[in-house]
Amino acid sequence: MSALPAAAAPAASPRPLLEIENLKTYFPIQAGILRRTIGYVRAVDDVSFEIRRGEVFGLVGESGCGKTTLGRTVLRLEKATSGQALLDGRNLFSLSGAEMRQVRRRMQIIFQDPIGSLNPRMPVSDIIGEGLLAQADKENGWGDRKLRDDRVRDYLDVVGLRRDYARRYPHEFSGGQRQRIGIARALALAPEFVFADEPVSALDVSIQSQILNLLIDLREQFNLTYLFVAHNLSVVQYISDRVGVMYIGKLVELADVSDLYARPRHPYTIALLSAVPDPDPRVRKKRLVLHGDIPSPANPPSGCRFHTRCWFRERLGNPPRCAAEAPAFRDLGGGHLAACHYSEEITRDLVAQAVGLSTA
Amino acid sequence: MTDSAAIPARREGVGDILLDVRDLRTCFHVMDGTVRAVDGVSFTIRRGGRLGLVGESGCGKSVTALSIMRLIEMPPGEMAGEVRFGGRDLLTLDSNAMHEVRGGEIAMIFQEPMTSLNPVLTVGSQIMEAVFLHQEVDRGQAREIARQALADVGVPDPQRRLDQYPHELSGGMRQRVMIAMALSCKPDLLIADEPTTALDVTIQRQILELIKSIQERTGTALLLITHDLGVVAETVDEVAIMYAGRIVETGTVDEVLLEPRHPYTRGLLASIPSQGKRGYRLSVIKGVVPNPFRMPEGCKFEPRCPYQWEQCVASEPDLIALGRPDRTARCWLRDPRFFARRAAYDAAPSPFEAHE
Repeated sequence: MSALPAAAAPAASPRPLLEIENLKTYFPIQAGILRRTIGYVRAVDDVSFEIRRGEVFGLVGESGCGKTTLGRTVLRLEKATSGQALLDGRNLFSLSGAEMRQVRRRMQIIFQDPIGSLNPRMPVSDIIGEGLLAQADKENGWGDRKLRDDRVRDYLDVVGLRRDYARRYPHEFSGGQRQRIGIARALALAPEFVFADEPVSALDVSIQSQILNLLIDLREQFNLTYLFVAHNLSVVQYISDRVGVMYIGKLVELADVSDLYARPRHPYTIALLSAVPDPDPRVRKKRLVLHGDIPSPANPPSGCRFHTRCWFRERLGNPPRCAAEAPAFRDLGGGHLAACHYSEEITRDLVAQAVGLSTA
Repeated sequence: MTDSAAIPARREGVGDILLDVRDLRTCFHVMDGTVRAVDGVSFTIRRGGRLGLVGESGCGKSVTALSIMRLIEMPPGEMAGEVRFGGRDLLTLDSNAMHEVRGGEIAMIFQEPMTSLNPVLTVGSQIMEAVFLHQEVDRGQAREIARQALADVGVPDPQRRLDQYPHELSGGMRQRVMIAMALSCKPDLLIADEPTTALDVTIQRQILELIKSIQERTGTALLLITHDLGVVAETVDEVAIMYAGRIVETGTVDEVLLEPRHPYTRGLLASIPSQGKRGYRLSVIKGVVPNPFRMPEGCKFEPRCPYQWEQCVASEPDLIALGRPDRTARCWLRDPRFFARRAAYDAAPSPFEAHE
């Protein structure tokens, strides 16, 4: 345990670890025998934000909103259509293959599916060791089998598994243990930045809490920065420092976690929070029920993308501006950003009723 | 707080007992031995009542539902006990009579609406198929019943939807179609097995509101199967918590969620991340569920229980009534002989607050 080198200590510079600027990731829709492109799914559509060193940045939204694609694009697992992502000021999208390989060690991913993301034919030592082998050089000596296996066992220890599990295969483990293996694989390379893509969604609630506790401990132990993507708002609230909310490829709100949950300023965020079923039967909310389905990101609505389902627009008497003009993602003060023309008119009482908070 | 809570007032329209499951046992004979998936489960649902059956993966909640519907493949499955419904024991019914019950008097909706719908038939013909099975109507009437059923579950433009295929619908819309199909024959009991688990939160909200409003309007009784205590808290009146094939706690939603009397129930509630727990470690239930081939001799939760002692290892407790017959917990701490041991349990803070 003590032999483990901690990740690089945070530098004194105020520069964010990761700056994402005007990022767009479009997937072509092809049709016909010639596979002609007839349109694009705008999975991520002009998103800008930064992730500060050492923070947990939570990204929430419903399926198809682009949150996972955003994370995967930053790690260059998907190709960006335009925009940039700067890691310590270097644009990840303009790095050569060799340079990117160097940077990969600093950025790792934890996947949602603890079964599908582990090769069933590999023992744990190879699953975790594969990344080390790919990143082996003279300096770290990971090319050496003995050294590599030692490191694998160290990291099994770190994630709370027994060192001798290295010889076992994925099917011998429970879901929670498999997710620990996935975490060990990500951390063995001593990354600074970890993209956790729905890391607890597939787990039962009693196991989920074990993994959340582990992720928090590891962040402190190794000075990690997380991009934590999830659809579960309670999980994101528990673990995040700042939170971004996405809807059909766009960020619609971003704020400190306490601010976002106590004083949401975008009607979609309010509807999301209002919809979450609460296990405490004493909590009484005036539920906002959104009409209709989430529109397709291949053909997003004009103006504000949420206007077709917006409960607040209805209350305002359907002002034409919502359908005509895309709202700017603007700062409402204190780094609380929201993309709604009418954020200022959302009163505290309205929020309190819908979300079930006390107005105090 | 004492255990002798007054019997809560029943909602209006909730009547006599509709479904009475007695000592249901469903096991599967597999290569490595016998898995007792449901091991002595008993509960009742009143006419118009709403019961939630809650537990984590593998606890036996879905097998319980499938057993009631006699949808267990035998072999490898084997069923024992009684499922009394409308004066009969469903487990001894011949298959023709059971066919009448299934979809007619008891309807079921499943977690994955896509795999429960036939992809090569239109939505309309699938609903009409259910109508023809249980009602004496002609084609035109059946189509009208199907259209009305879709309209009742809030499907926009139901006339057009009748001629669409499942892949043309969104997940939420498919689940509405499933509900429409289930309700088309006006069942006395609706079994919903994780009906919103595959759906996004805003769509889940729509479906929960729909199930509640239909249930209240038609008086159909509801058996809701879920892992989500939040969904339980706002959809049903009574709840039974399952663990390792057994019911470990029963009561009203308020009783069970606000004053859990089984360490497993409280552990589950305490491990849910929530507002008040930020900055604190989440409490966890140590370990994992027992291997079905090597179940503990005594209490099934004992290996994971922070309050266990010799008694729990030695033998398994029955469901102990806490003041009234429907409020029970399967825990030795509730046996008057071990009254003195309750102090540690009772001293723990509410599971909705953070604690070290």
